[in-house]
Amino acid sequence: MAELQATAAATEIPEATGASPDAGSDQPAKIAARNVNVFYGTNQALKDIDLDLGGNEVTALIGPSGCGKSTFLRCLNRMNDVIDICRVTGRITLDGEDIYDPRLDVVQLRARVGMVFQKPNPFPKSIYDNIAYGPRIHGVANNKEELEEIVVTSLQRAGLWNEVKDRLNVPGTGLSGGQQQRLCIARAIAVSPEVILMDEPCSALDPIATAKIEELIDELRGNYTIVIVTHNMQQAARVSQRTAFFHLGEMVEADETEAIFTNPKDERTLGYITGRYG
Amino acid sequence: MSEMAQTAEEATVRRPDLSNARLRKRYAAERRFRLYGLLAVLAAVGMLAVLLGSIVLNGYSAFLQTHIALDVHMDETVIMAEGDTPEAMADANYRALVFKAIERRFPSVRDMGEQRELHRLVSGGAPRAIKDMVLDNPALVGTTQTVWVKADDEIDMLHKGYVDRTLPENRRLVNDRTLGWYDSLREADLIELQFNTTFFTGTDSREPEQAGILGAAVGSFLTLFVTLLLSFPVAVLAAIYLEEFAPKNRLTDLIEVNINNLAAVPSIVFGLLGLAVIINFFGFPRSSPLVGGIVLALMTLPTIIISARSALKAVPPSVREAALGIGASRIQTVTHHVLPLALPGVLTGTIIGMAQALGETAPLLMVGMVAFVVAVPSGFTDASTVLPVQIFLWSDSPERAFVEKTSAAIMVLLAFLITMNAVAVFLRKRFERRW
Repeated sequence: MAELQATAAATEIPEATGASPDAGSDQPAKIAARNVNVFYGTNQALKDIDLDLGGNEVTALIGPSGCGKSTFLRCLNRMNDVIDICRVTGRITLDGEDIYDPRLDVVQLRARVGMVFQKPNPFPKSIYDNIAYGPRIHGVANNKEELEEIVVTSLQRAGLWNEVKDRLNVPGTGLSGGQQQRLCIARAIAVSPEVILMDEPCSALDPIATAKIEELIDELRGNYTIVIVTHNMQQAARVSQRTAFFHLGEMVEADETEAIFTNPKDERTLGYITGRYG
Repeated sequence: MSEMAQTAEEATVRRPDLSNARLRKRYAAERRFRLYGLLAVLAAVGMLAVLLGSIVLNGYSAFLQTHIALDVHMDETVIMAEGDTPEAMADANYRALVFKAIERRFPSVRDMGEQRELHRLVSGGAPRAIKDMVLDNPALVGTTQTVWVKADDEIDMLHKGYVDRTLPENRRLVNDRTLGWYDSLREADLIELQFNTTFFTGTDSREPEQAGILGAAVGSFLTLFVTLLLSFPVAVLAAIYLEEFAPKNRLTDLIEVNINNLAAVPSIVFGLLGLAVIINFFGFPRSSPLVGGIVLALMTLPTIIISARSALKAVPPSVREAALGIGASRIQTVTHHVLPLALPGVLTGTIIGMAQALGETAPLLMVGMVAFVVAVPSGFTDASTVLPVQIFLWSDSPERAFVEKTSAAIMVLLAFLITMNAVAVFLRKRFERRW
C-alpha cells in the first residue's frame, strides 16, 4: 500500500514540474494555442486566441452564437482545411508539436484528435462497421479477433454495448438520436485518440440522452483530453473542469469552471452567464 | 419612437376579411388550378397513348408473316445434278424446285410472262429455305414435302388486309390475276400467318419479308458497349474530381459552364467531329461500332458528368465530416463513403445517358453507320448499323411492307429503352440508402 502511494507520488512529480505557469492547472497543457487568427475570406472569425487545454480534463468552450468557438474547435484537428476560403495563422501545438506544420500529416493528426459532431452522423453502415472503420483504415487491429475486441470495448466505453449487442449488423442510422451520438463517440474512441473534440454533442438530443452523454463524458475524462463546445451553460458547469468564454471572435476569459461561473473576472462573461445577452 | 407608438394606437384595427365570399373565391381558385393540372396530365397521357397506339397498330403485324404451303418435290436429278456431296447439293438449283411446285399448283398457267408473275407469289428467300431443309436432312431427297414458304411481301400485304381491292387494277399493289391466285390459295387453306422469326434473326434486306433487326441490334449493342466503356469511367472520375477535389476558382467555373454547354450541343455536331477527327484524321474504319461508340461517348460524357456531380452533391456533408473526422484521407472519404452513397444516382444518370445514346441517330449518320449492311457485325470494326438508323432506313423505303417493319423496329427499340429505364429505377430503389 505504501509502495503504491509512493509510485503515485512519484508520477505526480514530473507532472507538477511540467505544468506551464499560465495553464492554471496542475497538468501540462496538452494543446496550446498561441496567437491563433482564423479568416473566412476577408472576414476574421478568431482574433489572437491564446488558450491552453489541459490533459485528462474537460474544457468547455462557451459563448454566444457566431463567437468562433466551433471554429476554434475545428482548428484543433484541422477540419477547417476542407473549407477553401479558410485561413489559419498562429501556432497550435499538440504535445509541443505544431499541428499546422506542413510536414505533419493531417490524417495522423486526426487519428490522435477525434471529433464528435453536433448532429449525430453515423455512416449509413452497420453498427459494427461504423466502429470498425477507423481501426481498419489506421491499421489498429491485426486480425479479425482484435478488431472485434476493439468494437466491443469501444461500445462498452460509450455505454452502448448493452443496447446494441444483439444487433451489431443493423444500420447505425436506425438507432435513436442519443444512441447515434454515443455510437459516434464510440467510433471516435475506437482509434484511441488522445483528444476528443465535441461540437455541441447534445444540442440535437432530449434531456435523458443528454444526461447519458454527459455521464459518458465524465467517465471518458480519465483517459482522454476532451474539449466540448456547448450552448448550455449548465452543461458546461456540470461536465467541465475548465471553461473558456468566447465573444465576437475573442477569447475573453478562461479559468477553472467554478471560478468562471461564480466569480468571472470580465464583465462580458458575467453578462453572458447571467443571461443578459447571448 | 413615441410618435409612432401613438399612431399605432390611434390606427383603426384592421382584421382579416373572413367572409364566405373570399373563402369561396379561394376554393374556386384551388379547384381551377387542380383541374388545369389534371387536364395537362390527361393531355400528356393522351398524346403518349396516340403515339404508342399508332406504332403498335402499325407494327404488330410485322411480327407475323404470310406463308404459303407448297408441295415441293425434292427432285433428285436437280439436287444431285452436280453430285451428292453437301457442297454440290448446296450449289443445286433449288429455285427451279420452288418454281415447279408453284406451277404444279396452278397447271392452267402456261404463258411465260404469267408464269414469271406466278413465281413472284413466293419470297425470293424460299429456295434458300428449301436448301437448308435438304442439307439438314438429306433423306428428304426424292420425296415430296409440303413446305410452308414465305410469301412475297405484296402477297403478305394483301393477306394482312393492307391492299384495297376496290381500287382499279392500275392503282393497286396486286393485279387481278395475282388476286385470283391468292383467292384460290386461300380457299384451299394453303396460305396463313405464322410467327415471323426472320424479323428477329435476319439482317437488313431489300426484300421486306427477309428483313430483320438482328444486325442493327447487335450493332447497337457493340456501339453502346464502346460508349459505356469510354464514357462511364471518364465521366465518373471527372465528376469526382470536380466535385470533391478541384479548387473552386475561375478555371473550374469555366469548365463547369462548358460541360453544361456541351450537354446542349446538337448531336450532329458530334457526328461531324467524329467524321473529321476520328475517321479522317485518325483513320478509324468508317461505319464501325468503334467510331459510333466514340462519338456517342463524347455526346454522353456531359450527361453522365452532370448527373454524377449532382448525385455526389446530394451526399450530405456530414458523411464527409464523419469520415474526415475519424482520420480518413480525402480519397478514402470519397471511395469508402461518398461514392457508394452516390452510386445509385450515378448509375441512373449513366443508364439514362446510355438510353439517350441508344436512340441517337444523327451523329451516326455522319460517321457512315447509315450503310446498307446485310451481315451481322462480328466485331467493333465491322461495318454495321444501329436500331434507330435501321428505323430511319426502313421508313425511307418505298415498299409498303416496310411501313410495318419500321413500326415494329420502333417497338423493339422502345422495349430496349423501357428495359434500360426499368433497370435504372430498380438500381435506384435497390441501392438507395437513407442517412
